[in-house]
Amino acid sequence: MIRGKNIKWKDFINYAVIAVVTIIFGSLSVTGNLASSTQFLLEKMSIAILMAISLSLVVGFLGELSLGHAGFMCVGAYLGGKVAAVLAQSMGNSIVTLILSVLVGGAVAAVCGVVIGLPALRLKGDYLAIVTLAFGEIVKSIFQNTSFESFGGTLGLSTPRYDKKVLFIIGFVLVIICLAVIQNLIRSKHGRAITAIRDNEIAAKAMGINVTKYKLLAFTVSACFAGIGGVLYSWSNYTVQSSNFGYNYSIEILVMVVLGGMGNINGGILAATLITYLNTTLATVLTGDLAVLQNLVYALILIVIVIYNNSPALKSFRERYNLKALLHKIKLVKHDPMRVKDDEAVWDRVPTKIAMDEILSVDTKVRTSVAEKGDPYESEGED
Amino acid sequence: MDFITTLINGLSLGGIYAMIALGYTMVYGIAKMLNFAHGDIIMVGGYTIFVVLGLSGNPILATVAAIIVCVVLGVTIEKIAYKPLRGASPLAVLITAIGVSYLLQSLAQIIFGSAQKIVIVADMGTVTLGSVSISVSTLVTLGCTVLVMVVLTLFVKFTKTGRAMVAVSEDRGAAQLMGINVNRIITITFAIGSALAALAGLFYLMKSPGLTTTLGAMPGIKAFTAAVIGGIGSVPGAMLGGILLGVVECISYKITAIAPYTDAIEFSILIIILLVKPTGFLGKKRREKV
Repeated sequence: MIRGKNIKWKDFINYAVIAVVTIIFGSLSVTGNLASSTQFLLEKMSIAILMAISLSLVVGFLGELSLGHAGFMCVGAYLGGKVAAVLAQSMGNSIVTLILSVLVGGAVAAVCGVVIGLPALRLKGDYLAIVTLAFGEIVKSIFQNTSFESFGGTLGLSTPRYDKKVLFIIGFVLVIICLAVIQNLIRSKHGRAITAIRDNEIAAKAMGINVTKYKLLAFTVSACFAGIGGVLYSWSNYTVQSSNFGYNYSIEILVMVVLGGMGNINGGILAATLITYLNTTLATVLTGDLAVLQNLVYALILIVIVIYNNSPALKSFRERYNLKALLHKIKLVKHDPMRVKDDEAVWDRVPTKIAMDEILSVDTKVRTSVAEKGDPYESEGED
Repeated sequence: MDFITTLINGLSLGGIYAMIALGYTMVYGIAKMLNFAHGDIIMVGGYTIFVVLGLSGNPILATVAAIIVCVVLGVTIEKIAYKPLRGASPLAVLITAIGVSYLLQSLAQIIFGSAQKIVIVADMGTVTLGSVSISVSTLVTLGCTVLVMVVLTLFVKFTKTGRAMVAVSEDRGAAQLMGINVNRIITITFAIGSALAALAGLFYLMKSPGLTTTLGAMPGIKAFTAAVIGGIGSVPGAMLGGILLGVVECISYKITAIAPYTDAIEFSILIIILLVKPTGFLGKKRREKV
């Protein structure tokens, strides 16, 4: 939080909602009134929310596309799961085992985040996207070919299953921790630096922002929470199989972030919850070849939403008919022109930036060569 | 002599990758977007071959039909999904392309089911030269890819449309001022890319006859990798990257110790090359302007 500004209830509503939901379902579950399928669904939701929030930091706020988020989750799931399996033999499925495995999984994934963050410093946009994609595939391939004794190989690593009644509560506690870390990071000075890099890297550099540091920071934090999501996955399933963490799963997380609105954490949480719910319910309704209808619907929704939100031709239509304008009409939103939109990635800025570049196109290379020849101002003064 | 067989197999696989990579790289150069649905056009080509081959039994007819279907599909996708987003952020276009890719895969699964189909395009046997024995289809693939690449290079170098394509990729605004119809050039690029994808589908089926709805996914990603290694946007770069990747894959499969890690090795090569040369082998360095 920025000092001197009044704390708004809006900034804490997401914690409150998650806490209330957790308490309600938690008390139902501990007293034995919650169906086992609901418990499993809630576990899956907490994992999906963790993944969506952590990816949102890199895609929505840093503005770099990552297509290998499932790779970090895979690392966390395997290493956390291995620690859990080893420790469970001596300590049982206790909360201490779980915390230790979460710490290990998160830490190793964070190290991978640094490793992937390093090429990110040299590459941009599409090139970085392909490197993250490659990273995800490499991780998958490595774990698939491990020996049976170490990580289970193609059969997958068998991991201990935590008590169903409690695991989703722990999951949501982890979600709240993740939310607290990432939301406060974004609202701090560091978060402003990260969004500044997204909006214009050169300008950010010129203002003295250490681009290297902040890019690495964003990648590391994001990877760490993805790893924790992976550890949670390993506790909620009996086996961890690397084939589940492929490119398709990375895309599914990306879809959650995009549907929630780039750079909108609460939207991401909502989208993650909704998609997980739909996935699970549709999977029971649609069986066999019909199951694919689900993917068809997702694909169509994704295409329509992205085109609607981004098409330059639809801009005036969007501005006239949207939720905010509707709320304005019924006077639910107080218009505050001074408020900085810190939670929104404005995609329109990209073309604007290109237009500015064309207007002010100054070639840096030429400048330096002139500077080397001598002081350009000297010759100007003699005329 | 085993080595020569592996090398020829690698060159032929590399030719397939190069053909797909050309589609990626040309679309990137001209429309400045990553067409993630490109791999799935290969799959559509594969299914068209399957259907037409089943109906007529004529592989040449099937190939022509696949090329026509893929070209129509590629152009339609461009008009419906990508054209409204021209001028929008690259990320938005990329995500739409991913959506299109999913759409094609699920549509194919609804129509054809998820079971694997076996497509035997043509049985051509093997040829033995001394101690080297190679299947004829590999040689046909190799010959066709070389032919396609030569024709494409000549097309880009010497025809009016080809020069216009180069102009659009260098500077779209200036090209438009010179009287080039940029929308038409983009459509033509998508058509050429899709036709190449159809051919790649054919050669892929000749290599391994199993046809599933995710047929295009892995070759698509690998070809994309190849395009990036060669420098995305560069036509000779895509050829070079594709062939390099194909040869590496075949050699790696032959060495037992590292065979299971082939995919990991290929992607590691990509990361290493990008770290050393961030624009790929033949990519142009974009100078940043303030």
